[in-house]
Amino acid sequence: MIKSLSTEDTLENSGLTEEEQLLFSNARPKAYEPYPIKAVEDFANWCRANSLWILAFGTGCGAIELRPLMTARFDASRFGMAGRPTPRQSSVFIIGGYASVKTLKRIIRSYEQMQGPKFVIALGICPINGGMYFDSYNTINRFDQYIPVDLYITGCMPRPEVLVAGLMELQNKIKAGECDGANRYVENFDWYKTNQKKVIKKWDMPDYNW
Amino acid sequence: MIDYSVGDWIGKIGNFWLTLLVVLTYGLFMGAIIDRTIAKVQGRIGIPYSQPFINVLKNFFKRTAISHGVMFYLAPVFRLAGGIGTLAFIPVIYGSETFSNFSMSGDLFLVIYFMFFGQLGMALGAGESGHPYATIGIARGLSQMTAYEVPFALAVISIVIQYDTLSITEIVAAQQGGWQNWTVITNWVATLAAMLAFLGMAGYSPFDVHLAPQEIPIGPPTEFHSSYLSLMQLNRALFGATKLILFMNLFFGGATGLLELMLKTWMIYMVAIIIGVAFPRFRVDQTIRFFFKIPTLIGIMSIIYVQMVLTS
Repeated sequence: MIKSLSTEDTLENSGLTEEEQLLFSNARPKAYEPYPIKAVEDFANWCRANSLWILAFGTGCGAIELRPLMTARFDASRFGMAGRPTPRQSSVFIIGGYASVKTLKRIIRSYEQMQGPKFVIALGICPINGGMYFDSYNTINRFDQYIPVDLYITGCMPRPEVLVAGLMELQNKIKAGECDGANRYVENFDWYKTNQKKVIKKWDMPDYNW
Repeated sequence: MIDYSVGDWIGKIGNFWLTLLVVLTYGLFMGAIIDRTIAKVQGRIGIPYSQPFINVLKNFFKRTAISHGVMFYLAPVFRLAGGIGTLAFIPVIYGSETFSNFSMSGDLFLVIYFMFFGQLGMALGAGESGHPYATIGIARGLSQMTAYEVPFALAVISIVIQYDTLSITEIVAAQQGGWQNWTVITNWVATLAAMLAFLGMAGYSPFDVHLAPQEIPIGPPTEFHSSYLSLMQLNRALFGATKLILFMNLFFGGATGLLELMLKTWMIYMVAIIIGVAFPRFRVDQTIRFFFKIPTLIGIMSIIYVQMVLTS
C-alpha cells in the first residue's frame, strides 16, 4: 500500500510512524444504505434484533452487572443474547459505567473493529453526565461526544433486570429500524475524531481501526 | 462399478442436494437441542429452537465485511467444502435411494481424508488473519487433531479387518438384523477407542483448548466475521451432523429412517456433552499425552482383538 497525502478520501494516520503507516489501511469508513426492498430490511432487522451478540469487554464497574445475565436467574440467552469474546463478531457494545481516558482509547479501537450494524448501550449515569466522577481529571463526562450511543440505561448501578429491560428496548428499536449509530459515526466522523483526539493525548493508532 | 447414464447422475446430484438440506437443517436444529439440554442442566431455559438459524442469517445480513487476503476469503469456503465433501460420500440412511449419496466401494478412505481438508483450509485462513490468538488456536487444534486421529484410524482399521470391506454401505449392511450385530457389541474395543477419539473431535471440554473462549478468544475464528462467520456456522452444523452420522454408520448399526437417525445421533452426541459438562479443560500437552496413551493403546488392542478373536 502506498502512503497517500491527506485528501478527502483517505485518512492521515499521522499518529503512526512512517513504517507503521504502510501496515495500516488509510481508507475512510463508508455509510451504508438499508436494503432497497423494505420487507428484506425489516427481516434483516428482525434477525439482528433477535441475535444480539454482546462484546465481552467490561469497561467500568458496571461490567459486573453483565455477568448475571447469563446465569439461571436472568438467562438472557432466551432472547438470543450471547457474549462474544472478539469485537469482530459482536454487535452490541455495553459501556459499563464510567469510561476513563485510558479506557476510551480501547473502546474506540474495539468499536471501530466491530462490523456494522453495531449498537452501543451506555449503562449507568457516568456515560451520561459523569455521575459521581463529574469532576474527575481522567473520566469522560459526556460519552456520546466520542462514540454514538443508541440507548441509555441510567442508574448507579442499574440492576440486571433493568439491563435486560434495556436490551429488550434495544431490540424494539432495532426492529423499528431506529438504530443507525454506525452510520452516524461515519457521517460525523471528523467531529468524533476531533473530540477523541482532544482527550487522548498520545494517539499512536490509525485514525480508523479497520 | 455400475454405468450411470446422464439422467441417473442428475438424479443423484438432486438427491444429494436434498440430503445436504436435510442434514444442514438437522445440524442447526441439533445445535439448539444440545444448547437447551445444557441449559436445563444449569437450571436455565436456554435459546429458542430457531436461534442457530437466526444467528446464521444475522451474520449474513451484516453490512460490512473486511478481508485480510485471498486465503482469508477462501478459508470458510474450504471449510464448507470439507463438510459437504465428507457428507457426499457417507450413506445417510441405509436402504434409501434418496439418502445414499455417492457411496461406493472404498468411500471410507475418502471420508477420512476429507475430514482433514476443512481443518487445513481453516489453518491457512486463520494464519493469514494475522491474529496471534488465531495462530495459537491453530497450533493447538492441529496438534490435538493429529493426536485423536491415531486412535480413530486404528479403530477404523480394526473394523475394516472385521468386515473385510472399505465401503460404508457394506459395513452398515453387515450390522443389520438387530442390536446384537452392531459394532458396539461385536467389536466393543474399537468402538471404545473411536468414542474416545470422538471426544476430541467434538470440541467440548476437556478437549476444547483450541477454542478456549476465556483464554485465547475463541482461537482460529477470532478474526472471522459477517458472511465468513455465517459460512463457518453452516459448516459447524453440517460437519457436526456428518461426523455423528459417520459414527452411527460405523459403530451403531446405521439408521433405516430419519427418526432412528435423529435419535441415534443425539445419543452419540450426548456422550460428548455429558463428559463435557462434567470435566474441566485439559492443557494441550495433557490432551496429546492422553490421546497417545490410553485411546491409542485401546486402538492397538482392538486390532489384536479382531485378529485373534473375530477373524480366527
